[in-house]
Amino acid sequence: MSTNFMLDGQSIPFEDGQTIIQAATQAGVYIPHLCYHPEFKPHGSCKLCTVKVNGRQTASCTMRASAGMVVENNTEELNAERRALTQMLFVEGNHFCPSCEKSGNCQLQATAYHLGMMSPHYDHFFPNRPVDASHPDVLLDFNRCILCSLCVRASRDVDKKNVFALSGRGIKTHLIVNAASGHLADTNFTIDDKAAKVCPVGVILHKRNGFAVPIGERTYDKAPIGAQVEAVTEGV
Amino acid sequence: MNAPVKKKLKVATTSLAGCFGCHMSFLDIDERLFTLLEHIEFDRSPLTDIKHCSPDCDIGIIEGGLCNAENVHVLREFRANCKILIALGACAINGGLPAQRNHLPLTTILEEVYHTSPGLANGLIPNDIELPLPLNQVHPIHEVVKIDYFIPGCPPSGDAIWKVLTDLLAGREPELGHGLMHYD
Repeated sequence: MSTNFMLDGQSIPFEDGQTIIQAATQAGVYIPHLCYHPEFKPHGSCKLCTVKVNGRQTASCTMRASAGMVVENNTEELNAERRALTQMLFVEGNHFCPSCEKSGNCQLQATAYHLGMMSPHYDHFFPNRPVDASHPDVLLDFNRCILCSLCVRASRDVDKKNVFALSGRGIKTHLIVNAASGHLADTNFTIDDKAAKVCPVGVILHKRNGFAVPIGERTYDKAPIGAQVEAVTEGV
Repeated sequence: MNAPVKKKLKVATTSLAGCFGCHMSFLDIDERLFTLLEHIEFDRSPLTDIKHCSPDCDIGIIEGGLCNAENVHVLREFRANCKILIALGACAINGGLPAQRNHLPLTTILEEVYHTSPGLANGLIPNDIELPLPLNQVHPIHEVVKIDYFIPGCPPSGDAIWKVLTDLLAGREPELGHGLMHYD
């Protein structure tokens, strides 16, 4: 049974069981997000997709749509909070875009552009996070990890390998590799794994492949993030 | 009667722990510099070689982060003398390339560069009183003084710099849209 809810004054149809972000995406409305991926079970951790449902804040990737709910998404208040969350992600890791081969294809960077993030605002942590270059085909640069857990979910649910996990709590949470040595080379991870393709930032990088696409022709050089979602309904 | 001459805004610029790439990009506004010079005059800047800020500067443009004590003194002089401070480029905003040393102890770096690396037979770490002392870590400038506006990029394009300056001169809140907003 298809019914509707209101999103920023627009009537959005949904099917039973769909979350707010699923229905919005289907209707061509972009809700900023980092840990959400349409192919995986929601994690609800990055909080960027937070919307107001009937005046109360909730993650739109975990909240099921229901008939008649009134949802706010693209408001100055919510975007300011999303911008602050993004700034915190930037200062907690080491995000040096000019020397990162993911630059221009990075969802964190593109989302920051979308939110008009002109500065990191907070004091930087400059954490010490050594890279793991042990694997012949893949480099792990933990400096850029935003703990979205997409590689964890992909390796566990699709590849059935359980190569990655999030360890520790609170500010000490970090990505680990499931091997006695802690090194990616000592797992059965391969470059063809789903987990090798889902990293939204520049942590899981394919070796001998960097800077292949010139500046100006990368994904988010051509169109800002969200444009693909909004293009869904164009010409319909 | 002649119309009163409009006072030009005083603009000061400096490069701290930067590579002067942002200043080069500033010059990339090309012939628009002539239009700009109808509205501004340069005060302390590598372009004028004036050594200290006038006390009534309107805009200070800072390239680079803080890697030594002199950088901090220069930054504080700019803050004390400029009404508006702009952080220009990646290094001023997040430390940039110089901040890649931040996870290494300073003594280890100095030892390796001047003492133990091949080619320098028992070299000594420079210790002249004229040399500013390095900071333990490289810091973005907003961690030390209040910064009013930021122009990201490595370097920001001439067009991005032009957009922010013309927005400010026109009294608008500066904004960079898609294509001008870049962190790389």
